[in-house]
Amino acid sequence: MSVLQSLDLRRRSASPEPPPPAGKAPAVEVAKLIDVSKCIGCKACQAACLEWNQLDQPIGYTDGTYNNPTDLTPASFTVMRFTEYEHGDDFEWLIRKDGCMHCADPGCLKACPAPGAIVQYTNGIVDFVSDNCIGCGYCVKGCPFNIPRISKTDSKAYKCTLCSDRVVVGQAPACAKACPTQAIYFGTKADMTAHAGKRIEDLKSRGFQNAGLYDPPGVGGTHVMYVLHHADRPSLYAGLPDNPRISPLVGVWKGMLKPISLAAIAFAGVFGLVHYVTRGPNRVTEHDEEEAAALEKQKGA
Amino acid sequence: MTNSWNDIKNTDLVLIMGGNAAEAHPCGFKWVTEAKANNGAKLIVVDPRFTRSAAVADVYAPIRPGTDIAFLSGVMRYLLANGKIHREYVKAYTNATYLVKEGFKFEDGLFAGYDEAKKSYVDRSSWEYQFDEQGMVKADDTLQDRNCVLNLLKVHVERYTPEMVERITGTPKARFLQICEMIASTSTGERTMTSMYALGWTQHTTGAQNIRSMAMIQLLLGNMGMPGGGVNALRGHSNVQGITDLALLSTSTPGYLVLPTEKEATYEDYVKSRRFKPLRPGQTSFWQNYEKFFVSQQKSLFGKAATKENDWAYDYLPKFDVSYDVLKMVDMMAAGQMNGLFCQGLNILMAAPSKNKVAAGLAKLKWMVVIDPLQTETARFWENHGEFNPVDPKAIQTEVIQLPASAYAEEEGSATNSSRVIMWHWKAVEGPGESKSDMEIMSALHLRLKALYAKNGGAFPDPIVNTMWDYKSPENPDPAEVLKDINGYALEDIPDPADPNKVLLAAGKLLPSFALMRDDGKTSGGMWIYTGVYTEAGNMSMRRDASDPTGLGIHPNWGFAWPANRRVLYNRASADPDGKPWSQRKKYLEWNGQRWAGGDVPDYGPTVAPDKNVGPFIMNQEGTARLFARGGMPDGPFPEHYEPMDAFVANPLHPKVTTNPVVRVFAADAKSFGTPDKFPIVATSYRLAEHFHYWTKNVHNNAVLQPEMFVEIGERLAKAKGIANGDWVEVSSQRGSIKAKAAVTKRIRPIMVDGKPCDIVGLPIHFGFVGVTRKSQPVNTLTPPVGDVSAQTPEFKAFLVDVKKTTPPASQPATA
Amino acid sequence: MTVEAKPVSRYTTAARINHWITAISLILLALSGLALFHPWLFGLTALFGGGQLTRMLHPWIGVVLAVSFLGLFLRFFTLNFWKREDTVWMKNLGSVINNKEEGLPELGKYNAGQKLVFWGQSILILLLFCSGLVLWDTYFADATSVDQKRLAAVVHALCAIGAILIWIVHVYAAIWVKGTLRAMTRGSVTGGWAWKHHRKWFRQEVGKP
Repeated sequence: MSVLQSLDLRRRSASPEPPPPAGKAPAVEVAKLIDVSKCIGCKACQAACLEWNQLDQPIGYTDGTYNNPTDLTPASFTVMRFTEYEHGDDFEWLIRKDGCMHCADPGCLKACPAPGAIVQYTNGIVDFVSDNCIGCGYCVKGCPFNIPRISKTDSKAYKCTLCSDRVVVGQAPACAKACPTQAIYFGTKADMTAHAGKRIEDLKSRGFQNAGLYDPPGVGGTHVMYVLHHADRPSLYAGLPDNPRISPLVGVWKGMLKPISLAAIAFAGVFGLVHYVTRGPNRVTEHDEEEAAALEKQKGA
Repeated sequence: MTNSWNDIKNTDLVLIMGGNAAEAHPCGFKWVTEAKANNGAKLIVVDPRFTRSAAVADVYAPIRPGTDIAFLSGVMRYLLANGKIHREYVKAYTNATYLVKEGFKFEDGLFAGYDEAKKSYVDRSSWEYQFDEQGMVKADDTLQDRNCVLNLLKVHVERYTPEMVERITGTPKARFLQICEMIASTSTGERTMTSMYALGWTQHTTGAQNIRSMAMIQLLLGNMGMPGGGVNALRGHSNVQGITDLALLSTSTPGYLVLPTEKEATYEDYVKSRRFKPLRPGQTSFWQNYEKFFVSQQKSLFGKAATKENDWAYDYLPKFDVSYDVLKMVDMMAAGQMNGLFCQGLNILMAAPSKNKVAAGLAKLKWMVVIDPLQTETARFWENHGEFNPVDPKAIQTEVIQLPASAYAEEEGSATNSSRVIMWHWKAVEGPGESKSDMEIMSALHLRLKALYAKNGGAFPDPIVNTMWDYKSPENPDPAEVLKDINGYALEDIPDPADPNKVLLAAGKLLPSFALMRDDGKTSGGMWIYTGVYTEAGNMSMRRDASDPTGLGIHPNWGFAWPANRRVLYNRASADPDGKPWSQRKKYLEWNGQRWAGGDVPDYGPTVAPDKNVGPFIMNQEGTARLFARGGMPDGPFPEHYEPMDAFVANPLHPKVTTNPVVRVFAADAKSFGTPDKFPIVATSYRLAEHFHYWTKNVHNNAVLQPEMFVEIGERLAKAKGIANGDWVEVSSQRGSIKAKAAVTKRIRPIMVDGKPCDIVGLPIHFGFVGVTRKSQPVNTLTPPVGDVSAQTPEFKAFLVDVKKTTPPASQPATA
Repeated sequence: MTVEAKPVSRYTTAARINHWITAISLILLALSGLALFHPWLFGLTALFGGGQLTRMLHPWIGVVLAVSFLGLFLRFFTLNFWKREDTVWMKNLGSVINNKEEGLPELGKYNAGQKLVFWGQSILILLLFCSGLVLWDTYFADATSVDQKRLAAVVHALCAIGAILIWIVHVYAAIWVKGTLRAMTRGSVTGGWAWKHHRKWFRQEVGKP
């Protein structure tokens, strides 16, 4: 995606932080708000995503649920996840549209070793640039939401682009456009947060005391947010992480390990050099040779 | 719909029952989310399965399939017993106060006048009002007389106590009462409830009465004609409303006029019973204009051949003996009584009940023409698809001719949606290959038949050779020209009845309104209800002005809503008898001293003052709505709970009359019904959001989203049968059996019916043996060959089956 | 003219080939691995024909290394068991580094440093191989959980750095201690070298044909 992108970058994988674009007002941060309480699980968003992105998802089989395809794939950037939640006599069918959350602090970008394969635009969208992708799968390990998928066909990583190609020309993402119930809203992050506030008020008035906005601080907030009836327990919604953050292991791997390792290698090299210069080579002396010859003679004798 | 999709946003309470709007009408469902998000509306879903509509509902109640009348009658009892009716509305706008004949009675499941031998209410004379000397209906405004409609209704529904409702429907009493209380909250005029239903109500032997029950509730609550009220049928196909308007029904002509019966040999016989005279003083009885609509239609059909002298070519019309609906057709085919069949946009092998009976019928035809944009199971019924269609092609001699038709985006024309809004659509792409529009195909057929009849004559070639077809391009008429023809125009100058020297409309001009239709041959018009759609001002169905001056979702300049661009029917009832809105909150129309003012076209004389006491239900002879249906329904003037033909229990109300007593069962189908000893599980069929009927299984992306047939099984039943999620299951009924993957779910709630556990399974209808989805045996293999007593809509929604674990279907053998 | 002893054979041709296959794969792995490890070094992917090819080749080279190193291991592990004199040698490591080797015990074929290199690389390469399989998504993506992969990534990186550091020590030692390199090029060392560094081994080997 985004080969022809004309958006300014905030971050670029495996690259120094780009300077802020000169002579421009700071970009407005966008967000997609998924109102789970309005979602009817019709999968129009899935269909729109397949159509807009011209994805060729193979026809599968049913697994006895409404989850089809059963998981995200390189050709399915978004899937509905249906959860049957029984509590006492009551029952809820929780339906969550799963896909990239476009973290403010994206674990995929942090993990990516290929310069420019993952970019974050100043509007907050995190996008994969296939031309630069080397297919290492580090983004999969970096992601706290288990989103990117590596294609077996071209060994590149794929995920929701938040329709960066539509957003750049002032269009809402295809999923938001297709959603019949406006369960998917798109706009500035500030507007979406405010809109979520009203929705949460409505849900509280309907007895969902723990309704709330899912904009997890552990990843610096996200540019895809959820309105949840049970914001106190996000994991009810097909395992949405309760408190997502970039794994500490990824933090170590892509954090201090990098400079420390290079320093250690450099230190070893320098140590050798200094040692060689100050102590000099360890040479075999003539005496040693004589001793060796003597021993040889003795043995041979 | 009495109201419109957009109007749903005005409601305070949505009851989805007999439908699953979120899945089957996701785009229309947006108005429910609007009402919820912006109007604080609550949503109730009553359904055998916890559907995707239920997923966003405030309250969900499970119900056994086929018991809606018991539930709704229980609601009526609650409203009446607790005084939760809109009393002033009910008294003024319904027939509640009218007195019914003494002989009317209901006993042991039967109304008066039942003929056991004919399985019919042959004598409906007691299902009638008492009349005074002037032929006017007697009424008791004090509602004291035990024979007044309201009191008869009270007696009739008294049996539907919450306990009885739970016993029949399986809906827990507490949940039922919670819903009653919510519904009752809309009886004030300050709040309204909308009812959204679809095939979940129609596809029963009691289909029409299901809907009637809701209409009665809405009348008791005063919700008819109100913004955010009404009884709203959610139509399926994009233009199924249009095709219904244009006479999909086998005993109608366009515009809900009636096809003559064989008993109506002359025109006078036909019209005399249809010139409905007012039954209450000062009433409009709009059907008095019947002849104007009928004659205009005859002029449109036969042009100059329809004259006053030949009774407007009345003899050209077929006179029916029995209803030739799809069930009857299948029965006749199976009996070898039909030679040929045209299937135009109909996948009859999957769409009619009892697939095996349909297949046997098709195999007895000499020929069948299939006109469809897609490959259908019907066109391939003779083809062996292994277990999925195990037929022997050599044994089938039917010649099948496929005529590829264009799809909607490949042709222009109008389509009418559930809101009765006629909207033009433009051609997006050329149809592929040799496909032609349905109009072109039918025109070609028509012209060739006409030529043959003109050349060869025959017993009575007149109706065919005289059918008017004066389009500019007869082989392929311009759809706009056809719409003009449907709208109608003046054949001669139409004089003003008030001033004969004044001409209301010059000859050749398009009719602006059906009010100008004449019964003297001066006007032509294919279908009166659409008149106004194409006027001298242009094609109104092309209008796309989204403005909504009142904010009530009326959008008067978007397309054209029949009749007369009216968006909410019976809207006069939104104001009290004095012409003042029942509440400011629900203000829609009001009398401003001169005329009825508001954003919508009044369903009423626009300048008829309230003190004229004309009722708001102007189509009825009484001017009021009917809580008591008189003789209009074949199975009784009040709805009554009857079990589906595959009865899970003996009717707890009257075990001797378990099922609908007037149901039509063909002799060949006498042994087609299942009993709970052999088939102890209740099944219902339904649609998925991911698919549209049998079409989208041909579309890759839809197949991705739902690739394969499954059967939804509750956890209780799955455990009892040792079935795990994803197992292959055989589902069998008295009619046949299919295989499907088990979808074991908590969403089918365990219920108790008449003291015993009732397990329900759900079967999506979409999957067949043609298309890109995984192959499946069609679900209608299981369904009973019987329909609603009023409309003959097949009983797809409630039947008995058994399920057991089985092996996967054998893969299909290679085609030769 | 000084009398010189005959060269002492230290490595067979097969062992030398085995060593150099290992060495080359280790260097290629280090280069490709570092290219994917730190963005500063991503340019190294150019050596392998770009990022995609680097990603593709690295695990296969890893397989070569693993097999090759297994060969080395089987050849040499018996010679690398820890002896008492190794402990003494280690205690005098400071003197060794300062080129003061007087008074150290006589050593067999390998000194303690070499043994540590041997065992260090043996353990690290085993860990690298196993963690590498976990990370080899092309074939084994579904075999492990994401958390296991994350742990594997850290283990792989740590072990790789360890292996590179040991490699540096190994290479530097060969440069620093003159006369060492020819053991792996020509297969033999001078008698003096053997006398000086591995006298016990020399005593065994001297006089053999």
